Amino acid sequence: MAARVGVVMFPGTNCEHDVVHAIARLGGEAELVWHGDSSASGYDALILPGGFAHGDYLRPGAIARFSPVMEAVGKFAADGGPVVGICNGFQVLTEAGLLPGALQKNAGLRFLCATAAVRVETDRSVLTSGIAPGTVLSIPINHFEGNFTCDAETLALLRGEDRVVLRYVDNPNGSIDDIAGVCNPARNVVGLMPHPERASDPLTGSVDGAELLSSLLASALTAASEDVA
Amino acid sequence: MPPAETFSVLVEVRLRPGIADPQGATIERALPALGLNGIAGVRAGKAFRFDIVADDEAAALAQGTVVAERVLANPVIEESSVTVTGRAVG
Repeated sequence: MAARVGVVMFPGTNCEHDVVHAIARLGGEAELVWHGDSSASGYDALILPGGFAHGDYLRPGAIARFSPVMEAVGKFAADGGPVVGICNGFQVLTEAGLLPGALQKNAGLRFLCATAAVRVETDRSVLTSGIAPGTVLSIPINHFEGNFTCDAETLALLRGEDRVVLRYVDNPNGSIDDIAGVCNPARNVVGLMPHPERASDPLTGSVDGAELLSSLLASALTAASEDVA
Repeated sequence: MPPAETFSVLVEVRLRPGIADPQGATIERALPALGLNGIAGVRAGKAFRFDIVADDEAAALAQGTVVAERVLANPVIEESSVTVTGRAVG
């Protein structure tokens, strides 16, 4: 059985086809979901890909959070469905309140386009369930607002509850505590700045991102079978 | 009940104190190059102006505050201030 993945597309999203391609390559079935749709049912997982939703006007994710589909994404997440936000998708999820913190402009004010080494910090998330903590993955980053920040109380909570999913080995953007990805308390919603879909094919130089997406597909099938049970 | 009027509203959004502001810091570092010395504490922000139809100034302020806090500012990193700048003309 192939996991069915909905890839949510806003006006200005631009990584949706890369994600669809990467999911298909791993044996999943991916389909685009338009932001104006008020339903996201029939999927085992949802991915909010990268890009510039609504032109990043006001703040990245600030307008996207009011798109009709976001209510469905919130319901899907509340029901335990795996949801992953990549880059701009991570920004959307924080703006929507599905993940804590915020993504600020990079320290140094540089747009970063590079390959980053990121360490998997926990296997207790839908995106890392199949990966040993401590594993270092080589995955592209491509962002201007990737500087994760939150208040001290939230940071303590994220650390205490083992909710820092990924950390940069060499912090490129000023993110607090080197954080590259976090999850929600139920561990089924994950946001990350690196682009795993761009490291899913040997052609692109690294297939480390495929490990994350494979974990997501496995988690999606587990969640789906629990739903049936 | 007085008839509804149109009020002009100004919302300023800025990063909370203590949140690093690389934009403000960069501007501050550039100022001495122009001979503008003795300037410190530069913080970059955004300003929004819009008109609100409301029963009175207090209602306009309340409505403007909702817009500022729910949409214009991200409370995790930003704070906002709302001012009714006057009655909109014609």
